[in-house]
Amino acid sequence: MSRILIVAEHDGATLNASTLKCVTCAAKIPGASIDVAVLAANGAAVAAQASAIAGVSKVLVIENPANVEPLAAVLAPQIAKAAGGYTHVFGPSTTFGKDVLPRVAALLGVSQVSDVMAVEGPHRFKRPIYAGNALLTIDVPADAKVVATVRVASFESAATGGSASVEKFDAGVALPSHTRFVSRTAATTGRPDLQSASRVVAGGRALGSADNFKIIYSLADKLGAAVGASRAAVDAGYVPNDLQVGQTGKIIAPELYIGIGISGAIQHMTGIKDARTIVAINKDGEAPIFEAADIGMVGDLFTIVPELEKALGG
Amino acid sequence: MRRIMVGVKRVVDYNVRIRVKPDNSGVITEGVKMSINPFDEIALEEALRIKEKGLADEVLAVSIGPVDTQQQLRTALAMGADRAILVQTDAAVGPYSVARIFHKLVESEQPFLVLLGKQAIDDDNGQTAPMLAALWDRPQAVSCSKVEIADGKARVTREVDAGLETLEIDLPAVLSVDLRLNEPRYVKLPDIMKAKKKPLDVKSLADIGVAEGAAFTTVRIEPPPTRQKGIMVKDVAELVGALQKRGLV
Repeated sequence: MSRILIVAEHDGATLNASTLKCVTCAAKIPGASIDVAVLAANGAAVAAQASAIAGVSKVLVIENPANVEPLAAVLAPQIAKAAGGYTHVFGPSTTFGKDVLPRVAALLGVSQVSDVMAVEGPHRFKRPIYAGNALLTIDVPADAKVVATVRVASFESAATGGSASVEKFDAGVALPSHTRFVSRTAATTGRPDLQSASRVVAGGRALGSADNFKIIYSLADKLGAAVGASRAAVDAGYVPNDLQVGQTGKIIAPELYIGIGISGAIQHMTGIKDARTIVAINKDGEAPIFEAADIGMVGDLFTIVPELEKALGG
Repeated sequence: MRRIMVGVKRVVDYNVRIRVKPDNSGVITEGVKMSINPFDEIALEEALRIKEKGLADEVLAVSIGPVDTQQQLRTALAMGADRAILVQTDAAVGPYSVARIFHKLVESEQPFLVLLGKQAIDDDNGQTAPMLAALWDRPQAVSCSKVEIADGKARVTREVDAGLETLEIDLPAVLSVDLRLNEPRYVKLPDIMKAKKKPLDVKSLADIGVAEGAAFTTVRIEPPPTRQKGIMVKDVAELVGALQKRGLV
């Protein structure tokens, strides 16, 4: 039987929704028992949230003052220790999981399965390669521990209403001091989180300046949407890096995505192809984004966007 | 010798629109332009800049792959790497084996810094840097967009989902680099000529002492499902109408 340990992502107070998606992914393995590991300085609040996820049997709380920030070099040896009795270790394919899980895999002596998008069996997984332009199905050897990151855009959040037991786990391993947290600058916008938003309005290089990007924010606010951007817009300095959508940015799966002044490089398209409805507004009718768009409109974004905002009423 | 080791992977050029083989066994790489993984190019550029600041003496480019990988290592030498090592194999090498090979090279070459791309654009695995750091039992910083080296330490800024994170790490360490760290230089013709004379050692997996082995068995490779053809609207009224029809506004 598969015994799966999921490494929870959190900020010390709140469980990240990515963890609920990992539970849904894990539950695709028939008959699996699912536990969640919470590594924190004080894990009670996050453990309580994890224990409420439907389908979770047990929450392991691994407390240590060194766990106050998610440093991979500090967390990985504790996770590897906790992984002892498990057949699978899962974490989200967010910047947190991409940092920590491969380090865990190496300590356990296995390669990791990156970005699981579908589960076809306890040891058979599908994942995107070449920026999602090909899908690879692989078999992990049956006798090997499975360490995997879960492509969160491919799974719904697990329901809550569960009541898993909460246990402390003492990893009892020496932790390094060679890696020290200095600071984190988080953009607090008051807008929905890009990764989990049901609507996203994204702008590209055609916006031309940070100031012009205001019309994107304004339309997003009208729709209650998160704001995203292409790599070109981030590189040009119009918006901060955490708004980047694509192969090397965030992979999103909103109900509605509106791409404005974005040509649709394959690296960007891989980040939005799971969107339910893709709307593209671009002055170049030949832009590749129109190949994937459900609704396309050719024209000047500086005319269309304010008009659209007005038409949506208030 | 203050040495920086840089990983250089040979991949299908990022401008190529890849095609899956009809028998679902892989993607077509015959007759396709191959290049240095773009993230590795950024890693190499950073190593060269650190050396140019007088903070390193040698930049060593390493790769694992078939004999043709020498082309990418020659490009790395033309960019400014001092020497190169190719661990030559035609076998598929899984991420854990890659990390073990790099670890063996780290043990013999003793770099104070290993710079790698945050992921290769073919497999999109993003595992080598954290795995090497784990095997080496040294610090890691993945997705770096700023690197400052001083006094046996590195101060690095990482791109994370929440924004930017700054870490201080002791050297030696493994860093993986993100797109905005720098813009790689262009190779000039005289440098291509000079690169032909720079040392490029070829080793086998047996020389390194790591048994080959893909981590996983490929069941199939398939193209992604295509989206249904959409509609074009001619004005904002039609656009709003189409959104309403889908229940989106």
